[in-house]
Amino acid sequence: KPLKAPRNADFSTSEELTKYDDVTGYCNFYELGSGKRHPTANAHWLKTEPWSVEIAGEVKQPGKLDLDQLLKPHDLQERVYRLRCVEGWSMVIPWIGFPLAELIKRVEPSSKAKFVAFETLMDPINLKGQQRPILDWPYQEGLRMDEAMNPLTLIAVGLYGEVLPNQNGAPLRLVVPWKYGFKSIKSIVRIHFQESQPRTSWNFHAPEEYGFYANVNPQVRHPRWSQATERRIGEFRRRKTLVFNGYGEQVAHLYTDMDLSANF
Amino acid sequence: MWQGTLGANPIEFILRNLGDWTLYLLLMTLAVTPLSAWAPLAFLRRYRRMLGLYTFFYALLHGLSYIGLDRFFDWELLWLDVVDRKFMTAGMAAFLLLIPLAATSNAAMIHQLGGARWRRLHRLVYAIAILGVAHFFWLTRADFREPQKMAAILAFLLGWRLLDWMRKRHVPS
Repeated sequence: KPLKAPRNADFSTSEELTKYDDVTGYCNFYELGSGKRHPTANAHWLKTEPWSVEIAGEVKQPGKLDLDQLLKPHDLQERVYRLRCVEGWSMVIPWIGFPLAELIKRVEPSSKAKFVAFETLMDPINLKGQQRPILDWPYQEGLRMDEAMNPLTLIAVGLYGEVLPNQNGAPLRLVVPWKYGFKSIKSIVRIHFQESQPRTSWNFHAPEEYGFYANVNPQVRHPRWSQATERRIGEFRRRKTLVFNGYGEQVAHLYTDMDLSANF
Repeated sequence: MWQGTLGANPIEFILRNLGDWTLYLLLMTLAVTPLSAWAPLAFLRRYRRMLGLYTFFYALLHGLSYIGLDRFFDWELLWLDVVDRKFMTAGMAAFLLLIPLAATSNAAMIHQLGGARWRRLHRLVYAIAILGVAHFFWLTRADFREPQKMAAILAFLLGWRLLDWMRKRHVPS
């Protein structure tokens, strides 16, 4: 289904786009299978209609919004972001969406809201990956409030001029381009505002490998993959990984008083 | 066009396939002795050396594609991989231990070493297999079904040998 939106050049890289078939054919979405091609083959497991998102916790406007209600007030725009996976590969993807900050302002979080927690759809009957304890389902992610409010943080509903394919996290997902891809949670059904740091799936699964912050950082050694370099999908040679995935100018100030090797 | 068959990340695909086959061949090599204990399958013994050498050959291709294709001869990165990551340490150790076995897999070397010493040397294959399965386990980030299968098969193959050894030891002479 086509979905058009004007490109926001201020928030877009001019790097060459990763091919559509690779963006939609090489995915990590364990609910749809744990191989890279499984989510595409099993995309039909994900039922996106009807869809609603629960807004809960420390907000003045809690409640359940169905997808149309949630999207209606927001103007969509296209943004071309780099995506860096913790596994050592990267892509350049033209997302369509709107800043998460707009949605947060709309639901009016209270002063107690220090973090935002997100949850993916839990549907083990259809999402067969959830029938086995690969991760502690449902998939959970979270951001600190200032990270969530950063103008780079996007709620995406499309890519490449069309509605988000299921394997890429339909009907709506998070995109946080300066963090490893697993922070950009897919197929969101719940947004919870809270005072304490939320539990996140990969951090819970292997805390020595996946931190809560998970900012792209070539200097922090990872027990499984070297993060110094990455392979841009479609290229042969590895390229050097940039700190904050090259978005330092926009986000480095969020972490000025933090030890990034302890809070990796 | 070649990307159509190898997927979006062909180097990762090649590396993974060669690794899978190294492990399959290694387990097939280790399966020869238990299977050929059953008389109708005794002919399998003839293929054990060939399977062992294929294991080495695949391990070599797996290692070379890691060094050449994936890391592109970045020796500093490779060294950090081996010391920082236990799956790499295990994999590298397994490969290094395979070299003397491959080098002595010919009639001349068996003759030179003598049967007893040759057999003792080639018991290294048990350590290699354990390191190989550990390598697969430790590189898996979630969903451990595949490494679990390999570990179960290896446990069976090593368990059979242990039982066989105990049985032979207890036969009154």
